[in-house]
Amino acid sequence: MAGLGLSAEIALSHLLRRRRQSLVSVLGVALGFGFFIAMAAMMQGFQKDFVARVIDVQPHVVIKDEFRRPPRQPVYDLYPAAEIGLRGLKPREEVRGIRNARAVMDRLRRVPGVALAPTLSGQVLLRFGSRDVAATAIGIEPESERRVSNLEKDLVAGTLDALRATANGIILGEGVAQKAGVGMDDLISVVSPDGTVMKMKVVGIVSTGITTVDNFETYMLLKKAQILQGRLDVVNRIRLKLDDVEQAQALAARIEGQVGYRTESWQESNSNVLGIFVIQNAIMYSTVGAILLVACFGIFNIISTVVFEKSRDIAIIKAIGFPESAIRRIFVLEGLAVGCVGTLCGWMLGLFLTELLASIDFRIEGFIKTQGFILHRTVTHYLIAGGFSIAAATFAAWLPARRAARLNPVDIVRGAA
Amino acid sequence: MSAAEFRVEARSVSRILPGAVPVPLVRDITVGFHPGEFSVIAGPSGSGKSSLLYLLGLLDVPSAGEILIEGKPTAGMAGEALSALRLRSLGFVFQFHFLLPEFDALTNVLLPMRQLGALAPAQCRDRAAALLADLGLGSRLRSLPNELSGGERQRVAIARALANDTTIVLADEPTGNLDSRNGRMVFETFARLAEEEGRTVIVVTHDTQLGALAHRQIRLKDGMLDTE
Repeated sequence: MAGLGLSAEIALSHLLRRRRQSLVSVLGVALGFGFFIAMAAMMQGFQKDFVARVIDVQPHVVIKDEFRRPPRQPVYDLYPAAEIGLRGLKPREEVRGIRNARAVMDRLRRVPGVALAPTLSGQVLLRFGSRDVAATAIGIEPESERRVSNLEKDLVAGTLDALRATANGIILGEGVAQKAGVGMDDLISVVSPDGTVMKMKVVGIVSTGITTVDNFETYMLLKKAQILQGRLDVVNRIRLKLDDVEQAQALAARIEGQVGYRTESWQESNSNVLGIFVIQNAIMYSTVGAILLVACFGIFNIISTVVFEKSRDIAIIKAIGFPESAIRRIFVLEGLAVGCVGTLCGWMLGLFLTELLASIDFRIEGFIKTQGFILHRTVTHYLIAGGFSIAAATFAAWLPARRAARLNPVDIVRGAA
Repeated sequence: MSAAEFRVEARSVSRILPGAVPVPLVRDITVGFHPGEFSVIAGPSGSGKSSLLYLLGLLDVPSAGEILIEGKPTAGMAGEALSALRLRSLGFVFQFHFLLPEFDALTNVLLPMRQLGALAPAQCRDRAAALLADLGLGSRLRSLPNELSGGERQRVAIARALANDTTIVLADEPTGNLDSRNGRMVFETFARLAEEEGRTVIVVTHDTQLGALAHRQIRLKDGMLDTE
């Protein structure tokens, strides 16, 4: 069979004859996939950047001093088969915190690939002159903190060690400092909910880019935080950093099973945002799917037109002795050609749009602070676009190609004669 | 007369268009064609001339009876096998030239050869050029169909029908669109193909004057053989 070159030649002659319509079909495919590439780069860029920042800034796993479910009452265990209803339960009041935190930490330290740091966080009021700013005071140990978070790297002024070197040092989030109107080395009053006041000196300003951190968090030594909140030797968060971030969910579940405290992985803590990402991706893919569908119709349209217009030619080559498969091949090749050229143009358009988006400069402050679009450039998107468009073009051409192959030459010759 | 002497043979062939009211196109025709014979199928419009030709050329399938090519029955052959047989043994010329308008004369003649793939490209080219030269088109190899006259186009179509050295040439009103001078030239060509090259030529025409150039006249009336 010396058919492929011949089929390709005939296919090309058809497309070149309907140059304008071919161009429109090619553009349809190109636009669809160009936009897909640009949108995918933009969305995945944002998502990946967000996740990277979250993984960077936040601990991968946090053990909190709370429980997912209220404690089980012993009476249920005593009469497992009985219908028991308890009302008006009065839980015991106790100092909140992780009990036996040292033992838990000692055990976790033995797990390879895990670094951990204890913290005590609580609400405080920062008072500077006439301004009151509500903030979260987080007591940390600089030595272990270094290993679980990027706090030190994110300091825009001061050092982490200054917490130890200064009698009452405090590090403020950039937004907090701005709201309170304080700068480095200023003395501010920190007021705890039960009225304890501590004069503290600003020894650092931190800027992570994550709005909730920068605008609400302050850091001090764990000891000072315990004194300030009147909870001596209490830890209410243990934060873990893992070498392999993908292990976070499994490890969190295991810890929670062992110690009973609510243990959140970074995925769980950010599930709201990660959920939005899923919806975002669904929107993107359905939009692109719609564009693709339109492109398919374009291809279907041109091949159908050619089949209709060329029915005489089809009749003659069938009469000459071209088998149905050869005729089908001609028209599938036409679709494929539109798909391939469209893909190439789409790639170029995608590249162009991506670079165009990259050059746009703006600032927004949402979940995270960003400047311009963060774009994720990957060959994968180009391959997906190419694969899809060729598959779609082949499918769109297949239907009219099949019709062409089934044309009965006698009907056409008779009709023309 | 033994069957193998015929190059093309129809045995009790009928073709009925199915439908609420079935339309018989060809009714119980038995006829055979020898090598080197130039036959004309004549008759008024609607007499089933073209329908018989399409059946003989394996473009259409008979409702009853069978068609034999080189003594071999063709009933029950698959579409691809029929295509292959047409490609190798049968050449068609239609009333309208039916050349592919995007390709020049030479390329049009090359189509069947390239599809068959029996010859090397250079050989195909030489043969196509020789066929066109034989038909007086040696200087028009690179002309597109719309640059050729009606007679020239029809001769390109004849060259294409002969491209794979087909032993059977079938023509459906080949002169219907030609003036008498060109029409005569086409018929003389057919006569030469039969007499000098031993091909079996079957031509449908209603032109009795030209029909007289053939060796044999087959007349149809209402889908049946009239007189021979």
